[in-house]
Amino acid sequence: MSDGSMTIDAAIVPAAAARQTLPAHGSRRAYAAYALVTPAAALMLVMLLGPLAGVIALSFTDYQLGAPHFSWIGLANYQDLFADKVFWTALRNTLTYVVVVVPGAVVAGLAIALLIQSGTSLRSLYRTIYFLPVMATLIAMAVVWEFMLHPQFGLVNGLLRGAGLPAFAWLQDRNTALYALCAIGIWQAVGFNMVLFLAGLVSIPKQLYEAAEIDGASSGWARFRLVTWPMLGPVTTFVVVISGIRSFQVFDTVHVLTKGGPSKSTEVLIHTMYTEGFEFFRSGYAAAITVVFLVFVLALTLIKSRLADRGVHYT
Amino acid sequence: MSRTHSVTLRAVLRHVLLIAGAAIMLAPFIWMISTASKPQTEVFSSELHLIPYRFALVENLREAFAKANLLRFLLNGVIVTISIFVLQVMVALPAAYALAKLRFVGRETLFALVLFGILIPPQATAIPVFLLLHKVGLLDSYAALVLPFTISVFGIFLMRQFFKTVPDDLVDAARMDGISEFGIVWRVMLPAAIPAVTAFGIFSVVAHWNDYFWPLIVLNSEQLRTPPLAVAHFRNNEAGTSYGPLMAAAMVIIAPLVIAFLFAQRRFIEGITLTGIK
Repeated sequence: MSDGSMTIDAAIVPAAAARQTLPAHGSRRAYAAYALVTPAAALMLVMLLGPLAGVIALSFTDYQLGAPHFSWIGLANYQDLFADKVFWTALRNTLTYVVVVVPGAVVAGLAIALLIQSGTSLRSLYRTIYFLPVMATLIAMAVVWEFMLHPQFGLVNGLLRGAGLPAFAWLQDRNTALYALCAIGIWQAVGFNMVLFLAGLVSIPKQLYEAAEIDGASSGWARFRLVTWPMLGPVTTFVVVISGIRSFQVFDTVHVLTKGGPSKSTEVLIHTMYTEGFEFFRSGYAAAITVVFLVFVLALTLIKSRLADRGVHYT
Repeated sequence: MSRTHSVTLRAVLRHVLLIAGAAIMLAPFIWMISTASKPQTEVFSSELHLIPYRFALVENLREAFAKANLLRFLLNGVIVTISIFVLQVMVALPAAYALAKLRFVGRETLFALVLFGILIPPQATAIPVFLLLHKVGLLDSYAALVLPFTISVFGIFLMRQFFKTVPDDLVDAARMDGISEFGIVWRVMLPAAIPAVTAFGIFSVVAHWNDYFWPLIVLNSEQLRTPPLAVAHFRNNEAGTSYGPLMAAAMVIIAPLVIAFLFAQRRFIEGITLTGIK
């Protein structure tokens, strides 16, 4: 491939040809290139592509860590999985989490970015404050949230009682636990989305707003609808998909705060995978869960690239 | 007159809304510092007060450091994140240079694999990588924490895009001076790429300092624990009894990154949102 294209390039672009060194140098450089990419290529094979193929292959076996041998069992893991109530609970909870956190974190991120950008004072202070949760170790902050949500001594119930509202045992109640985790997820993701939206807002040309105003779009809402929202299209798509992918991976808060409980009300896919694969060491079964998870994540990625292609045309 | 009036009103409304939101964002941090400063009796009181009647921050910190070897865990965090970053650069930079500036058979295939690799979420490869480390007897070691992350396809992609913008003349001039291709990577490209490497470094260090999933899977030994694992164990061991020291420990764990962030916000925001340019 490269030899052929090299001669074509050389024929078409004489200036470049003149700069090309002798063939001997060229081939020595190719050797150098292989030496330079070998460590990366080898590690990619061993740590990324091999394991990816491995997890798919494992999902068709009954392998358990420490077992002397294993056999190919076809789709049996998937049959077990689809017959298992816990799997469906985990899938439903994961989807609920995604469906709550993505709109929450995207709308709040956009609203905050618009508010910050609509004035000039204290911009960087606000940006810093809203970005702080992104920086702070989630596990540490999850433990803080747990105490904030403490039924008796927590800040949240304290405030609710102060306002004369009923208090909840947020993380211990199967009706509220998943939503409490969603709230933590939104709190953590908002700042990240805000920064992406801010970057998108800065890149919208000022003339568009002036043109819209001349055309009669005088209210803030009209300017948002006619200029900001369409111009932010590609950024919004990106933010939605990346929030979706990250929400699908929810694990940290679940593992440290609820372990999937109470009565499986916060069981999510990666947590089920972790329990099966690394507590019960049912590697084959856990691999099948991983494959299901991968299908969802890759589908989201595909949607993104589809929409991104479309976005390129109208911007 | 009425126009200026509505402008001020809007400015006030903007601040009111943003301050209300900021209060929610900061609430856990304030509650953490408040609780870490309270003695036990004030923590377990249904009456809400932010400022302790008696400050007990030092006692709580002392108890946190006594109950868990926090210094050791912080040191583990530093060792692991720095090792990962240094190895990622050593592996990614040469590959990125070759992909950006050299011609060789298989270049397009390799680059396509790099782009594909970016799509693979880290949880997807966890089981086989765990089995591999088990097979070679490396579980429960620094190597288990570091090795799987030495390859950063995202780092390769990022540096390759950056190197594309470095003029060929610079590379040719270095070749004229007799510098080898290997030397060009480290003596010409690396200095030119310092801003990109810094941004990637922040991205990498923050991600691995905060990572919980992988250390949880491969570690057993207490002395190897990384900061997030340390907090989780502290929380499990104390089982809802000593919130003051627990909040103090949480403070200690998030402090290094938060302080670094407050000093270099722009760079941190750039680094963390690197994924935004994909």
